[in-house]
Amino acid sequence: MLTNTLLLALREIRRNVLRSFLTILGIVIGVAAVIVMVTIGGGATAQVTEQIASLGSNLLMIRVGQHMGPGQTTSAPPFGLADAQAILREIPAISAVAPSSSQRLTAVYGNANWTTTANGVDNKFFTVRNWAVPSGRQFLETELRAGKAVCVIGSTVVKELFGNQNPLDKSIRLGNFSCQIIGVLEAKGQSTFGSDQDDLVLVPLRTFQRRVAGNQDISLIQVSVAEGRSTDKAKNDIEELLRIRRHVIGAENDNFQVRDMKEITKMLTGTTQILTTLLGAVAAVSLLVGGIGIMNIMLVSVTERTREIGIRLAIGALEREVLLQFLVEAVVLSSFGGLIGILLALTGSIGLASLLKIPFIFNPGIMVIAFLFSAAVGIIFGFFPARKAARLDPIDALRHE
Amino acid sequence: MTAQLETERRPLVELQGVTKVYGMGTAAMQALRGVDLRIDEGEFVAVMGPSGSGKSTCMNILGCLDTPTQGKYLFKDVEVGSLTRNQRALLRRHHLGFVFQGFNLLKRTSAVENVELPLIYRGIKAEERRSRAARALAAVGLAGWEHHTPGELSGGQQQRVAIARAIVTEPAVLLADEPTGNLDTARSIEIMELLTAFNRDQGITIIMVTHEQEMAQFARRVVQFRDGLVSVDQANGEGR
Ligand SMILES: Nc1ncnc2c1ncn2[C@@H]1O[C@H](COP(=O)(O)OP(=O)(O)O)[C@@H](O)[C@H]1O
Ligand SMILES: [Mg+2]
Repeated sequence: MLTNTLLLALREIRRNVLRSFLTILGIVIGVAAVIVMVTIGGGATAQVTEQIASLGSNLLMIRVGQHMGPGQTTSAPPFGLADAQAILREIPAISAVAPSSSQRLTAVYGNANWTTTANGVDNKFFTVRNWAVPSGRQFLETELRAGKAVCVIGSTVVKELFGNQNPLDKSIRLGNFSCQIIGVLEAKGQSTFGSDQDDLVLVPLRTFQRRVAGNQDISLIQVSVAEGRSTDKAKNDIEELLRIRRHVIGAENDNFQVRDMKEITKMLTGTTQILTTLLGAVAAVSLLVGGIGIMNIMLVSVTERTREIGIRLAIGALEREVLLQFLVEAVVLSSFGGLIGILLALTGSIGLASLLKIPFIFNPGIMVIAFLFSAAVGIIFGFFPARKAARLDPIDALRHE
Repeated sequence: MTAQLETERRPLVELQGVTKVYGMGTAAMQALRGVDLRIDEGEFVAVMGPSGSGKSTCMNILGCLDTPTQGKYLFKDVEVGSLTRNQRALLRRHHLGFVFQGFNLLKRTSAVENVELPLIYRGIKAEERRSRAARALAAVGLAGWEHHTPGELSGGQQQRVAIARAIVTEPAVLLADEPTGNLDTARSIEIMELLTAFNRDQGITIIMVTHEQEMAQFARRVVQFRDGLVSVDQANGEGR
C-alpha cells in the first residue's frame, strides 16, 4: 500500500511542478540557513582553537592578581626576576621561562607616531611564544645584560611608522628614549581575543626596567612546559612554589594566577559555540515558518483538489489512504526541500567560508538532522490538511466546482 | 417463462421502503419517500423522471456513496446501511463502477493513468495494471490515445475514458448518472452502444439515469421517478 501511495504522491508532485516548488521554498531556505549557520559557526570555532594551538598548547601564563581580565590590576605585590628564576630552577617540567613587563606608550618615527605596548623581555620570549624574527635578529647577550637601547618590533608598528620602508637599523623614539630597530617579528595577525597581536615593541627587560618602568617589577611570567610533561602538574607545582614565595597562607586566596591555554580555549570556543547555537536557533525558526508554509499551501491544495479527492473516494479509496497520500506528498515534498536545502547550504557555506576566511568543515551530522527535521515538518504540518482531505464527503466533493 | 427467469436471476440490489431526508426541521427536504426497487444481475435499467424527482439521490444510495434515512438497502444480501464508511468504500472499490455526467477525470493526468487509478487502489501490480488499462481503453475505442490528458480529448472521448475506468475492474454494477448529459446525440449514441456491449458481453449490470427517451431505448427496463417515488417500472419495448 505504501508503494502505491508513494506512486500516487509522486505523480501528483510531478504534475504540479510550480506549486510543489513554491510549497517547499520555505523548507529549502530554512534547511539551508540552519546548515550554513552551523557550518560557519563550526568553522569559526575550529579557527579559534587552531589559533590558540598556534600560541603553543604548552604555554602557561602567570600573572599577578586574582582574576584575569583586560587591564586588571590588583594591589597584590608584583613578581620579581627571582620568582622567574625560581620557577625554572625548582620545577623540572618547565623548559623555558620568559619574564616580562609591559606598558602602553607612544612610538615616534619622523612625524609618524603610534601608541603601542612596549614589552621588556629576554630571548626566551621568542621561545615560549614560538615567535620567529624573520628579518633582523633577536637580542644579543650583551645587549640584554647592558640594557642597550635596541628593539624588535611587530609588523603593525612597522606598517604604522614606516609604511613600505625598511625599518631595520632605523631609530624610533619610545617614550623618552630612542632605540635602534634590530629585528621585525613575524606577523601573527588578529588574535582570537580580538586584539592585534602584531601591535607591540620588544626591548631588553633591563632597558625597560631602567628607562620605562623605573622599577624591577615583573608583571607577566610566561613559561613553556617541556614536551611530554603534564601542564596540569606543572601548573600545580608553580602555584605551590609561588604560594610559598609570596607567603600565601592556608586557605587564603592566591594573589596570582596561572592560566593555561586549555582554559582560554574553552572560554573562547564556548563563546563561539553559544553564538552558533543562537544563529542555528534563529535559522530553525525559519524552518518552522517553512513548515507553516507547507501547511498553508497543502490546505489550499486540498480545497483546489476537492474534486480529485471526491473521485478517489468514489472509486473506493479509504479515508486512511487519502490521508496517507496527502501525508506522503507533504513528506516527500519537504524531504525534497530538505535535500535541495542541503545542496544549497553546501555551496553557500563553502562560498561564505572562503569569503570570511574561515575553514569549511563538512558536517554530515547537521545535514542528517536538518533532513530528518524537514521530513518531520512534512508529517506535522501535512497532517492537518491531509485529515481534512480524507474526511471529505465524496458526494459533496464530486459536486465541488 | 417469466417465472423461470425470476428463479434464475439473483437480486443484485434491493431497496425496501427507502427514504432520504436532507436537512432538519423546517428546512428538511424529503428527496425519497419510500422507494422499493429490485434490480437483478445482468440487467440494464434506465432511470428517468423530472429534475428534482430523486434520481441522483437514489443513485448515490445505490452507489453506496450515501445511506438511506429510513428503509433498507441490500447489496448482494448485505445491508449497506449498517456498514461503516470504510466498508462502503471497500464495497465500491470491489463491486461498483461509476460514470458521471461531468466525466470527473483527473486533470493533467493521462488517459491510461486515469484508467489505472481504481486498479492502484485494488493493489494490482504495475505491469498487469498497465495492460488491463490499455485493454479497457481499447475496448472503448481509444487505443492509441493512452497518453493524452483529458484536456486534449473531446467530450465523447473523455466519457469513454471514464467508462474504461469504470469497467477496468470488471465491476458487478456500473452506475451512470446522466452519462450523456454533456454530449451531442451522435456521441451519446456511441456511448450507449458501448454500455450495451458491456452489458451484453460481460454481463455487467448497468443502472443509468437519463433524460432522453432516445438513450433510454437502449435499456431493457425503465424506472420512472416522480416526487421521490417510483411511479412506473416496466420492461422496455413493451407494447413495441
Ligand atoms: N445534498 C443535498 N442537500 C439538500 N437537498 C438536496 C441535496 N441533494 C439533493 N437535494 C434535493 O433533493 C431533491 C432530489 O434531488 P436529486 O436526487 O438530485 O434529483 P434529480 O437527480 O432527480 O434531479 C431535490 O429537490 C434536491 O434539491
Ligand atoms: Mg440528478
